[in-house]
Amino acid sequence: MGVTGMRVPRKEDPRLLRGRGAFADGFHARGELWARIVRSPVAHGTVRAVDVQAARRAGGVAAVVTAADLPPGLAIPVRLALRGLPLTDFLQPVLAAGVVRYVGEPLAVVVARDAYAAEDAAELVDLDIEPLPAVLDAAAAAGDGAAGDGAAGDGAAGEGAPRLFPAGNVAADVTLDYGDTEAAFARAAHVAEAEIEIGRHTGVPLEPRALLAEPDPRTGGLSITGMTKVPVFNRDVLAAMLGIDETLIHVRAIDAGGGFGVRGEFYPEDYLVPWLARTLGRPVKWAEDRAEHLVAVNHSRQQVHRIRAAFDAHGRILALADDILHDNGAYCRTHGITVPELTVAMLPGPYRVPAFRGRIRVLLTNKTPCGTYRAPGRFEGSTAREQLLDMAAGQLGIGRAELRRRNLLRPDELPCRRPLRTLGTDVVLDAGDYPALLAAAQAEAVRLGYPALVARERAAGRRCGLGLAVFLEKSGLGPQETADVVVSKTGTVHVYSGGTSLGQGIETVLAQIAADALGVDLGTVRVVAGDTALQPFGSGSWASRSTVVGGNAVHAAATAVAARARQLAARMLEAAEDDLVAAGGTIAVRGDPRSAVTLAQIAAAAGAASGYLHPGEPAGLAARRRFDVTHMTYPYGVHIAVAGVDPGTGEVRMLRYLVAYEVGRAVNPALVEGQLRGGVAQGIGGALLEEFSYDEAGQPLAVTFMDYLMPTAAEIPPVDVLVAQQAPAPGNPLGVMGAGEGGISAAGAAVASAVRDALGLAGTVGRLPLTPARVAALAEATMTPQAGQPHGPSTGGDLCDLHR
Amino acid sequence: MTDRHQVRLRVNGTEHELLVEARRTLADMLRHDLGYTGTNVGCEHGICGACTVRLDGAPVRSCLVFGVQADGADVRTVEGLADGDELSDLQQAFRDHHALQCGFCTPGFLMLAEAYFAERGLVPPAGPGRPPPGAGEEPSEAEIRELVASNLCRCTGYQGIVAAMLATARARRAAGPG
Repeated sequence: MGVTGMRVPRKEDPRLLRGRGAFADGFHARGELWARIVRSPVAHGTVRAVDVQAARRAGGVAAVVTAADLPPGLAIPVRLALRGLPLTDFLQPVLAAGVVRYVGEPLAVVVARDAYAAEDAAELVDLDIEPLPAVLDAAAAAGDGAAGDGAAGDGAAGEGAPRLFPAGNVAADVTLDYGDTEAAFARAAHVAEAEIEIGRHTGVPLEPRALLAEPDPRTGGLSITGMTKVPVFNRDVLAAMLGIDETLIHVRAIDAGGGFGVRGEFYPEDYLVPWLARTLGRPVKWAEDRAEHLVAVNHSRQQVHRIRAAFDAHGRILALADDILHDNGAYCRTHGITVPELTVAMLPGPYRVPAFRGRIRVLLTNKTPCGTYRAPGRFEGSTAREQLLDMAAGQLGIGRAELRRRNLLRPDELPCRRPLRTLGTDVVLDAGDYPALLAAAQAEAVRLGYPALVARERAAGRRCGLGLAVFLEKSGLGPQETADVVVSKTGTVHVYSGGTSLGQGIETVLAQIAADALGVDLGTVRVVAGDTALQPFGSGSWASRSTVVGGNAVHAAATAVAARARQLAARMLEAAEDDLVAAGGTIAVRGDPRSAVTLAQIAAAAGAASGYLHPGEPAGLAARRRFDVTHMTYPYGVHIAVAGVDPGTGEVRMLRYLVAYEVGRAVNPALVEGQLRGGVAQGIGGALLEEFSYDEAGQPLAVTFMDYLMPTAAEIPPVDVLVAQQAPAPGNPLGVMGAGEGGISAAGAAVASAVRDALGLAGTVGRLPLTPARVAALAEATMTPQAGQPHGPSTGGDLCDLHR
Repeated sequence: MTDRHQVRLRVNGTEHELLVEARRTLADMLRHDLGYTGTNVGCEHGICGACTVRLDGAPVRSCLVFGVQADGADVRTVEGLADGDELSDLQQAFRDHHALQCGFCTPGFLMLAEAYFAERGLVPPAGPGRPPPGAGEEPSEAEIRELVASNLCRCTGYQGIVAAMLATARARRAAGPG
């Protein structure tokens, strides 16, 4: 019986539970020096001088390096270059030279005998920076003024707004559209519009970043510990920047304390630490502290949407349009305009949208640069779209769920090719039954007592609301994954994957797939993920791709090894392959179980000196296979949430939360559920608690966990999960879709929907996060005469009424 | 010129003696000077709790304790929980309930739980020592959730952690005083 589809215990757990996780900061090298980055204390300024004399003289200091010491012109490259847009004007230098553009920007590096000495010396670096006015608002950067009409940008900064770059503050102005939206709006029976803002927040994994770079003077090579996510890409970037052959750099497989999209991109430290190691001829170790992490690592999410939808008399969408300002921080780093493009391309979600126009302007501001964070573009877009639909439902006099039902694509309308391209591929909604999952989610919520809970709370005089969000996700991004499966002489099956261990359980999932393809015990499979010497053709773990693309590559490679094993066994047993049966890790002649040979014996038969090899045949029981994809696969889901709101204090308590998610096929259901639950927790954090705010001078106000509020167990309710495996993905042999982002993707939307319902808002919630201050203000506004036609809290019944 | 002080301490039953600067944190001393890298540092300002160890039985944020404060103390870290190849009952419960994903916060939660259970006389089935009088009380799920709210986890959403701790508490209660 196979293990795919089973809740097998994770292979990663024993070492992690014992405290033997291979986190980068736990690694040391003899003779290592420690690096400490000197960072700009100013949001925007002209660098007059960086005086390192005192730092160089400090005890235990080996070197202090500024931009002047580095090769000239070094910049962080764009990993995902989209739409042929050159962003070279907006790239971040490895170390700032003449100008600094955000608080936290690296200006210098101190290298010393230990971390404490390095930090002491870093404080002695004297920075002479003349402050410049800071741009902190995307609208100001765009020159939008109060009510911009979306006039095409020409790269110029708004009148009066300081320029971050000679080329201006607008990195890109991208429109994706199809159909005639203006005609649709003109003839619409009803138009709904809203302005919705999502606050700046990001992944904040619990492990801060760390790196150890060890030079090998004999070969000129480098061993790197601490790179993850896209190790082959990072290796190649580093090699190009150092001017060395990429195979001289070995990025080791590690454990990572959470990735969430933000860990593992190429940051300035990823160049500096290896460069220092090579230059000094010593191992160099570096670890950031949390305060650094919160200003240095990619931020995300900050967008303002002006979104409109046109409806016919029956509440069917005729057109959807959105004009978005995306605050990208001070530079375009490795993600380029990925998040903005995804926001627009995924905005229509799982709905029938005959005409669409999404415009997004990518603005540069004097804040931490931005990149992808779990469900990038979708958390933001779903919040805006679903809030608009909630509001429109009220305006149209249609139930919120009913409005979704009328507009969700039906199964017979799939596959649906949207005339939109993102990440270099067309958006083709491949398989699924969106209305059925909505109905299943509603039924489950009723079964679990959600509407009854809302009714009880309201009867007791408390504000309580039921929220709904329906969403489309994406997973399985190409172009490829490569996997090696190698059987060694002990019969151990080694899988060398191009993904990386971020905590998601990749070693377990890939082992399950390999074990089933080979018919062996799960315990005999050992997975190494993200070692660039073992797997030089990996494309990394991000965008919920590892099970889909990596898993199918492993399946192909393991299947090839199984075939090769059969071929060799036939030679060993002097039988025809058709007369062989494979079971329990052995191959035997049918009807003669005593003839059985083990995988270890077969591996030995493939040994270099083996007589079973034909002339010229390569030795070894191994296979390398590549799985390539041209289109992503699109999972989907529904979130239903119950929120209690105290209108006086503005406190929001999430009481219940349901995620219903179609995953195609779950290789390990426990891991799928874990991803969904973890995503919900992060999503609730982004909806209620987490925000990076700045003062007027551009000083970040959230640099510790005192101010950047991470959700604890007190803020996260038990999450109910309904995993559907009704719609196997048509684009891959395993039929799998990714699950990494399904829990977070619509959480902003669902929480907003519940709070809006609790307060009986006529409009939208307007902005995330829904802090107590914001919620109290919204509550108060509903009690003033100007509130207009009172909407009144819905009974929640429309959400779970299946009879309309 | 840095001041260095002699520290003698016992970690998971093993005696250690070393010289450290007065400002060296217990977390850094354990991790980098003594090689107990199982204890992780997530924030260095006492909020996340990933660095939780037991200092003379009590749970402490080792990032907020100086190494010199551990002079003469008995320190317990995650490395002391398993018995050779065998995971402790609490560790096994974490595994069974999918209470960890990246594992970075896990040692802190394990030590927090063991300290809490010890206070309540919920010792492991084969554990040494007598429970204090009136001990062995089973905590409610609400109490466990409140305990879990002491530390941060970014991966799991806490449900598995609460379930694992509750299951362990119940099993130890059922097993009776040690």
